[in-house]
Amino acid sequence: MNDEKTYALKSKRIKWFENPLISEDKVYWKPKRAIWFWLAVLSFAAAFGVNVFIAPLQETQILPYRIFLASAVFLLLSLHAAALRNPFLRAKLYHYCQFIFALGIFLSVWDLLTDKTSVLPVPYFPSAASVLQVMVLDHALILKSALYSLRLFFAGFLTGIVLGVSSGILIGWARQWDYWLSPIIKVSGIIPPVVWIPLALSILPGSFSTGVFLIFAASWFPVASMTANGISSTPKKYFEAAQTFGAQKKYLLFKVAVPHAMPNIFMGILTAAAFSFTTLIVSEMIGAKAGLGFYINWAKAWGAYSKMYAAIVIIALEFSVILLIIGIFRRRVLRWQKGIVK
Amino acid sequence: MTEVLIDIKNVNRIYRDDAGHKIYALRNVNLQILRGEIISFIGPSGCGKTTLLRLLAGLDKPQSGSLSIEGKIIDKPHFERGFIFQQPALFPWNTVEENISAPLKARKIYAENKHKAARYISMMGLAGFEKSYPHELSGGMAQRAAIARALLSEPKVLLLDEPLGALDAFKRSELQNNLIEIWQKTKTTMALVTHDVDEAVYLSSRIAVMTSRPGKISKIINVELGQNRDRNDDGFIALRKEILKELRLASISPQPEYNI
Ligand SMILES: Nc1ncnc2c1ncn2[C@@H]1O[C@H](COP(=O)(O)OP(=O)(O)OP(=O)(O)O)[C@@H](O)[C@H]1O
Ligand SMILES: [Mg+2]
Repeated sequence: MNDEKTYALKSKRIKWFENPLISEDKVYWKPKRAIWFWLAVLSFAAAFGVNVFIAPLQETQILPYRIFLASAVFLLLSLHAAALRNPFLRAKLYHYCQFIFALGIFLSVWDLLTDKTSVLPVPYFPSAASVLQVMVLDHALILKSALYSLRLFFAGFLTGIVLGVSSGILIGWARQWDYWLSPIIKVSGIIPPVVWIPLALSILPGSFSTGVFLIFAASWFPVASMTANGISSTPKKYFEAAQTFGAQKKYLLFKVAVPHAMPNIFMGILTAAAFSFTTLIVSEMIGAKAGLGFYINWAKAWGAYSKMYAAIVIIALEFSVILLIIGIFRRRVLRWQKGIVK
Repeated sequence: MTEVLIDIKNVNRIYRDDAGHKIYALRNVNLQILRGEIISFIGPSGCGKTTLLRLLAGLDKPQSGSLSIEGKIIDKPHFERGFIFQQPALFPWNTVEENISAPLKARKIYAENKHKAARYISMMGLAGFEKSYPHELSGGMAQRAAIARALLSEPKVLLLDEPLGALDAFKRSELQNNLIEIWQKTKTTMALVTHDVDEAVYLSSRIAVMTSRPGKISKIINVELGQNRDRNDDGFIALRKEILKELRLASISPQPEYNI
């Protein structure tokens, strides 16, 4: 594989994208000609041009937005320079260029429809520039809220995972536990966790503990049921094989059933993450005095829609990072699945 | 030297079908397996070969009668009785190396026996594949890994349930020779279930022909062909005929499913 790679690369007679490892790649399959790259650069330059050369109707501080556009162009160009020596990076970059081009066009149009002409109703649709502006101006509070949300999320989510995995193992492994816990899990899976908000708010000492409880309630069910499923569906042949080479109960559980359940456990964790994101924001919007959900509500109350959008962008970023981290763990733990699934 | 290793006495194993009728998977089976021999079990589908092997492994229990090894009753699985399934039951989440050394870890004797794993890996021709996962191996290699895993416990007996049934003709004969090599090196007692008359004659010191409904051993044939057997040798052909006749006598159409 590696020899093939270097051979294809060393051979001067073919163009970089004629290397079969690149031209037949299933993931980065978009056109390999430079045209889309330059169009992408151009579209961001156009967004910059629109912002600079067309006079705005609304007063916005445009500096952060211009810096953002300029750094996007700079980033594209430096990636391209780096990619000239690395055909694989180049194929990857070019793959995304059509999308980046569309993004540049979108930003130009957005700017035209908002600050430049006010075609979109003010103040519900602020310009990208004003969203970036409030992100810069209000960064201290936004950062504080983001960290607060993160703390709440992990407190509830990790509790949910730990208790979900352990109760799932018990349910999947021992029928007594299955008998007593399964109905509880099933019922708690039907009830949306947010229905507990009023009760939790009055019983639990504070909004933080309420949030932790709600996120725990949202994540426990998917993790526990998927774990139980993975444990109990372990093929008998693995247990029997292990028994014939001298394995005892503990080995059968932790070295056979649990590894077998790992793909399921991660599916449960990803589902739990999605549930928890919703629950996190809802619980912050209703009960809390801090966090991004609270920030959105508070911004709306003041009619500061730019701030609302800024918070939404931060939420998207924060949750993406969380999913990314889960993905990294998952790839590491499920390395053995590479080539079996997909 | 004919020392009895395993003693099977009046073993009955009865299943019930959906209607509740009794199925005699094994009825009054008596057999002594000698230390160091390779004994094959051959017979039509459903005659209780797997049932017998599972009883020997301790994965199942008889309704009546007893099985014992060196005088001790077999009532649960033990690493002294290795088992090879038709489909190698390697753990897909472990590499070849981890799979083969799993018995050491299960028994918490890994640290002092690490070197053994390497020995069996190279003995089974798996060197270079230590870090591969089972799904990256061919069927033959996977089965060799499963055999290495069983051998690592240095079992008193290796129970093989159609271990080569899923392989093509070339892999089969290769693995048959592997089994002979292992036997020559370790003199491990083997009980081998097979559908293939040639395989039985090629490998065994004795062949137990079984019949179904009720499942029992109808005849035991001694194979006196010595080492380095030749499939075209007169003695070999005569034995093959005898076994086929025996299978036919049991009123079953003989089905040598694989011929090499
Ligand atoms: N768990 C079970 N429940 C009910 N009946 C069973 C069970 N296991 C085996 N049997 C029956 O017992 C008989 C013997 O089965 P066994 O699997 O030992 O046969 P076998 O000789 O290994 O057949 P094959 O060559 O097809 O593998 C069969 O009639 C089978 O249907
Ligand atoms: Mg069978």
